[in-house]
Amino acid sequence: MKALSQFRITQFRKSMSEQPWELWTRQIGTIIRMDLRKNFFSRRGVWIYLLAFAPVALTGLHAAFMLTGHAHDSMEADTAVLAGIFQFFYLRLAIFFGCLGIFTWLFRGEIIERSLHYYFLAPVRREVLLLGKFLGGLLTASSLFAAGFFLTFFLIYWPHGPAGQFFVFHGPGLGQLGAYLGVTVLACIGYGAVFLALSLLLRNPIIPAVIVLGWETFSPVLPSLVQRASVTYYLKQLCPVPIPADGFLALFTVVSEPVSTVAAVLGPIVLAAVVLFFATRIARKLEISYVAE
Amino acid sequence: MTTPIPNSGDRVTFENVSKFYGDVLGVNRVNLSLPPGVTSLVGPNGSGKTTLMNLMTGLIRPTEGRIGILGLSPDEPEELFRRVGYCTQFDSFPKGVTGYSFVFNMLKLHGIDNREAHRLTWEALERVGLTEAAERKVAGYSKGMRQRIRLAQAISHHPSVLVLDEPLNGLDPMARAESLELFQGLGKQGLHVIVSSHILHEVDKVSDQVVLMSSGYVVAEGQIHSVRTEVKEHPMQILVRCSDPNLLASRVFAQDHVVEAKLSDDGKGVLVRTRDADRFYLLLNQLVVNDNLNLETVAPTDDDVNSVYQYLIGSENKTI
Repeated sequence: MKALSQFRITQFRKSMSEQPWELWTRQIGTIIRMDLRKNFFSRRGVWIYLLAFAPVALTGLHAAFMLTGHAHDSMEADTAVLAGIFQFFYLRLAIFFGCLGIFTWLFRGEIIERSLHYYFLAPVRREVLLLGKFLGGLLTASSLFAAGFFLTFFLIYWPHGPAGQFFVFHGPGLGQLGAYLGVTVLACIGYGAVFLALSLLLRNPIIPAVIVLGWETFSPVLPSLVQRASVTYYLKQLCPVPIPADGFLALFTVVSEPVSTVAAVLGPIVLAAVVLFFATRIARKLEISYVAE
Repeated sequence: MTTPIPNSGDRVTFENVSKFYGDVLGVNRVNLSLPPGVTSLVGPNGSGKTTLMNLMTGLIRPTEGRIGILGLSPDEPEELFRRVGYCTQFDSFPKGVTGYSFVFNMLKLHGIDNREAHRLTWEALERVGLTEAAERKVAGYSKGMRQRIRLAQAISHHPSVLVLDEPLNGLDPMARAESLELFQGLGKQGLHVIVSSHILHEVDKVSDQVVLMSSGYVVAEGQIHSVRTEVKEHPMQILVRCSDPNLLASRVFAQDHVVEAKLSDDGKGVLVRTRDADRFYLLLNQLVVNDNLNLETVAPTDDDVNSVYQYLIGSENKTI
């Protein structure tokens, strides 16, 4: 029995080492490069920039008031405000809809612009294509929202002067920033995989958006085992600053049965891996039929 | 009754292939085995030419049957598209690309390094005459230029099988002639060049074999002369220019396989319509030997794609 499993492991390792990893890496690199240009510089993506940087405008205004002496908020209050901006605006709204816009367009956009066949006519496995496009979308979404949140963070603590600097560089500030940025990337991984898969199944992104939004919003009232299929279930508990649970808002902030940090980090990644695995199955069967679009 | 086709390593094969779009027929029970050389797919709009090409390249999947491209399945893109180039009819491109970046990026998808991709890109652009427009955005190209840049992309990686869907559309006469010369040259090098076109007389010049299609069925396939010979209900027309047309006309009239013989307008030739070309050529030999007939030219006048097309399909589809 042990010999058999040893044999299988050896076979698996041999098979893995025989795969053209270098070629796949180069192909994925090319797909990412091509997609980044499209994602960042397309006019239809302007609203995603607005979503990512909207809080920057507000916190910039707030910073201006603070610096001119028109506002005198405490650092604790501003830290709570930042936590609220992240959990309610970024996590539940901006990243969610931003990922919807970016990831559903990865394949659907190519179909609408009638250019998907060029990828299908290249010597690229559909799995490699899907992964390349996913990573392109992930880089786009993560960098946009991370940049937006980073600027928001800076504008929150900058007006506090030396106290703000001390909080960031010698207090919990940098750790919190790292945690927020990590959650941003995990959110993009989770939502991105779900929206990419749904875009391969359904033509209209509004339908998957409503379904996922409903699921993410109301899954906290479901049994904890079911909640684990939700992206926000894991991410809420990774947010560094808890938001006071008052009344109806508790639905969005309280985690009924928290898991360990490692499990919370791995949760969205595993969820994304499972969803992407099924997406590759769909992608393999995808046919070019632009007439129907 | 269908005959199984061996999945030969140097051929493009279709084994009992059917494709239905819901209830709509794309192609039905197609059996083909295409050797290297230039093969023309000929048929009216909706006859299934593009469906056949899309099936060949895995853009769509057959409802039934098997397809083999040099022994490879269209389900193996990694291997297949190193050996296949497809210039589709879709007149669309990734947004914002220049002619150069379009070809270059597609080559990079092959996993080719930058220097080699750069070299192959310029080589392909040169072959289609687009080097000067290489850095311009494809969106600003004329229809003919867009056609040529797609052709450049399809040939850039030196495929063994080149599939071209209406590659002459939008090209000016000069570019057409150059493209046809290119296809013929590639065919002579031993490549499979599979072309669909509406411009029959031009395709006819370069085709080694034809596949005639109508309503999703393959009506006839093979070398055009063989296909023409099989069309028994339409007697073959042969124009013979010789030293004594009257003698020739009187002799051929006596033959039971000759349907018609008439003197040409200039009186120097005879246009013969015969049900048995082989017997006619035998007779011609006898006349040369026995009656000292001097032949200037002997030319079949309806032994081309256009005529065969008209005989086999033209009656049901007047236009293509």
